[in-house]
Amino acid sequence: MSDTHVDIDEDALSAEVSKLDTIPESPDEYGTRQRARRTPGGSAMSVLRWAWYSLTSMRTALILLFLLALASVPGSILPQRGGSDPLRVSDYYAKHPTLAPILDHLGLFNVFGSAWFAAIYLLLFISLAGCVLPRSRRHLRAMRLRPPAAPRNISRLPVSTSWHTDQSPDDALGRAHELLRRKHFRADRADNVDSRADRADNVDSRADRADNVDFRADRADTVDSRADRGTGPTSSVNAEKGHLRETGNLLFHVSLLVVLVGIALTSVFGFTGSALVKEHDGFTDTTIDYDSFSPGRFVNIDKLPPFSFTLNKFEATYQRGGPANGDANSFAANVSWQPSLGAPPRDYTIEVNHPLSTQGTNVYLANHGYAPHFIVRDGSGHSFDETVPFIPQPGTSQYDGVVKLPDAKPQQLGITGIFLPTASANPVNGMPTSIFPAPDNPAVVIGVFSGDLGLNSGLPQSVYALDTAKMSRIATTTLRPGDTLTLPNGAGTVTFVGYDQWAAFNITHDPGKPVVFGAVCATVLGLVMSLAIRRRRLWVRASRDDSGRTLVEVGGLTRTDASGGFEDEFKRLVTALQSVVPPTAQDG
Amino acid sequence: MPVDVGLARLSNDLIAGGIVAYSVAFLGFALDAAFGEGFDKKASASAEQAVVPAQVPALVGASTAGSLPEGSTSADATGAAAGAGAADGAGARGASTSSDKYKLPRRSGLFAVVCTVIGWLLEGGAILSRGLSVHRLPWGNMYEFTLALTFASVTAFLVLMTRQRARFLGVFLMAPVVLALGLAVLVLYVPAAPLMPALHSYWLAIHVTAAIVASGVFIVGTAATVMFLIADRYALAAAAGKPVRFTGLARMMPDRDVLDRTAYRAYAFAFPIWTFAVIAGAIWAEYAWGHYWQWDPKETWAFITWVVYAGYLHARATAGWRGRKAAYVAMLGFATILFNFFVVNIFISGMHSYAGV
Ligand code: HEM
Repeated sequence: MSDTHVDIDEDALSAEVSKLDTIPESPDEYGTRQRARRTPGGSAMSVLRWAWYSLTSMRTALILLFLLALASVPGSILPQRGGSDPLRVSDYYAKHPTLAPILDHLGLFNVFGSAWFAAIYLLLFISLAGCVLPRSRRHLRAMRLRPPAAPRNISRLPVSTSWHTDQSPDDALGRAHELLRRKHFRADRADNVDSRADRADNVDSRADRADNVDFRADRADTVDSRADRGTGPTSSVNAEKGHLRETGNLLFHVSLLVVLVGIALTSVFGFTGSALVKEHDGFTDTTIDYDSFSPGRFVNIDKLPPFSFTLNKFEATYQRGGPANGDANSFAANVSWQPSLGAPPRDYTIEVNHPLSTQGTNVYLANHGYAPHFIVRDGSGHSFDETVPFIPQPGTSQYDGVVKLPDAKPQQLGITGIFLPTASANPVNGMPTSIFPAPDNPAVVIGVFSGDLGLNSGLPQSVYALDTAKMSRIATTTLRPGDTLTLPNGAGTVTFVGYDQWAAFNITHDPGKPVVFGAVCATVLGLVMSLAIRRRRLWVRASRDDSGRTLVEVGGLTRTDASGGFEDEFKRLVTALQSVVPPTAQDG
Repeated sequence: MPVDVGLARLSNDLIAGGIVAYSVAFLGFALDAAFGEGFDKKASASAEQAVVPAQVPALVGASTAGSLPEGSTSADATGAAAGAGAADGAGARGASTSSDKYKLPRRSGLFAVVCTVIGWLLEGGAILSRGLSVHRLPWGNMYEFTLALTFASVTAFLVLMTRQRARFLGVFLMAPVVLALGLAVLVLYVPAAPLMPALHSYWLAIHVTAAIVASGVFIVGTAATVMFLIADRYALAAAAGKPVRFTGLARMMPDRDVLDRTAYRAYAFAFPIWTFAVIAGAIWAEYAWGHYWQWDPKETWAFITWVVYAGYLHARATAGWRGRKAAYVAMLGFATILFNFFVVNIFISGMHSYAGV
């Protein structure tokens, strides 16, 4: 459409500057939209329209962004149920018995899963969609439009310059046109157009005003009829560059929407759980085999991926000697696994940064420990074979656990134990402690209790703690593998046979993850494009002045809000233009 | 591998030297600002047009463009431009304003820049030798993080000075840098030691490095924003005809627009890096824990920072918010970074327990 000519009313320049984008709030456009926004009006329809425009305005987006930031704050300060340590919530209850229930009622112990947090981000994303999707449509249209015509008075543009040349106007423009195209400007030549036609057409790369597009076509003919009003037809090169800025900005915003879609996919179709598995034991992907399991809303727990695996061996290596003595170097869980029942088993090593992946489900190695193996013979001669996972004690290389024998006769037996992978006497008090996490010199310190385990009280009991309220301690000792302790009064014997290791796994099915990951990469790309690229326009006009010489005028325009630096580029462009359209000698 | 004690000690000596150099630089910048030629408003506004190519006869800045009569000859135009003073942003300044009175301060400005570079080299050496002494990237605890952070912001400042006039930031940047380093050495210091194993991951290295670079640049932006707010207050008071006190302070400020634009540049540069840092952290978490986002306090505050700076970028594009209000939003963004660094690291426990204090 190189026949689009016309001119900017100088007063409208600043408005013009902001039109280099599809930002919705430029002052002079959208008259109706603005009005709709300010006044709800009477009818239900206009109230709705007003609500929609308000919601999708940038100001609302800004406020919602703040609310989102503000709403996240309590989630970082108060203990959270879904957080790293849910027990802290009950601690908080114990410490603040009156305040805690109130906070709980407000959802403050589960901020990120609460309805009001969801309300904020959903509103924000509706606002985003309502703002960005129409912008994208407008932008697609704007991409196809040609650069607008030169303003009548180029010297009033924010940056401009002029010089005389010996070339003819036609020549000068030809060269300028070629140069700008070489520099990847979208550049058009507009020959012999009246520079005083209606500005309305010009206004825009902003195809957003639907009517504006039509306007252009309609007005094409009016141009000639007005030619007599101007100073006579002139020719110019109209150039524009940097649509990618807006493209990047839209890519960024649309990607944010896609991130949300990915997260939603996971929360609806994903699940996460954990399982502790001892060596030689197996795990099958059914809910019974999980220690904890939280499925998404539409997960059919009868149709979990049918894989299974057996933990053959767990191996850990540690730093020996030096200041980092005892630090872990590697953990590896050697498993044989089957993608489905009856499939041939395959070997795999699950490591910390190396999960097992099958059918969109990942199995991560999360923790490990030892499971001492005891054979306990009770007073009646009955024997129990128990291999019980002991749990690592933070900050030490010891593992705690209990063995409960509710069926022991004549009284129930309970054992509390501390597993010491490398046992040694504490130099201060002589107590056995573990000085290294690898099983160099394994031993277990046990206390044996007899009495009532309290399992029938109806209260839920942890498998890792012994309630000794109704029990009495009958023995305490340290055993090495193969040692047997004989209990007093014919209560039986305890043999420490040896130990296995166990590994704990996090098992997650996260169908939205690739979506989130892709979208998140796109956000960075979009951001960089949007913040690094400048949208700018350049006009070159060449005409004969009164003395018959060729006057070249160059002017440029960029968005005011951009980070500046356009002057530099303009200067470089002018230098380049002058190398193809040299100034007349006496000018230099 | 054992810690190289000699290198660790060298690192401590270098950082002490760095602090001294930065402090001297701060004094130099302060002298320069207080008694120097001041920052001529027009000149700094057109600072970007510093070098006018010889063959461009009449390049005029925004300020004078409007005054050019249409069709004026280029000779007229050159005269008009020079007359209006736009050109003095360029070469004129160096040569013509060298009255004796200003010699000392102008030298002190230059001297301050040199000291900054020396301090920067010393600090860089301190970080390098610390890293070599422990055989890892030296940003594993708050002490090391503070060193890296201040190094990043001084680097950003130096780079900015090569691209535009930015010496005016000196006072407001070196003050927090010296303060932070003093805090690091006196309060946060921990002897060189290897890293806990959970922190061995190159995603972590990428994540923390990006966070440091972004925060360092955010600091530079914040210095510009603080100056903008002060300059804006003066301008408002002056416009309202109120008495303006401490005119010295006002005089050392360049034009508000320059400050605003410098701040925006810094934020616009840092924001995508921050975005990337948050994403890299999520990827690392995914590897380490199988969950890319768990709303751990540190993650939550990184997110809050991100949202607030997104708010800033929006505020700047929204009529009625640009200028002062947007500047407040940017200050809030910086406050969230500080909160994350000091309060979350020290008082709120989460999975990111690497504070080492
Ligand atoms: C999820 C919430 C949102 C986030 C995190 C976000 C983030 C951002 C960021 C970082 C920028 C800076 C890029 C640039 O300046 O080019 C930006 C720009 C922009 N955003 Fe958003 N945005 C969100 C929602 C919205 C909404 C709801 C709207 C519509 C009202 C919107 C409209 C815009 C516009 C028009 C720009 C361009 C401003 C400019 O070029 O300076 N954004 N956004």
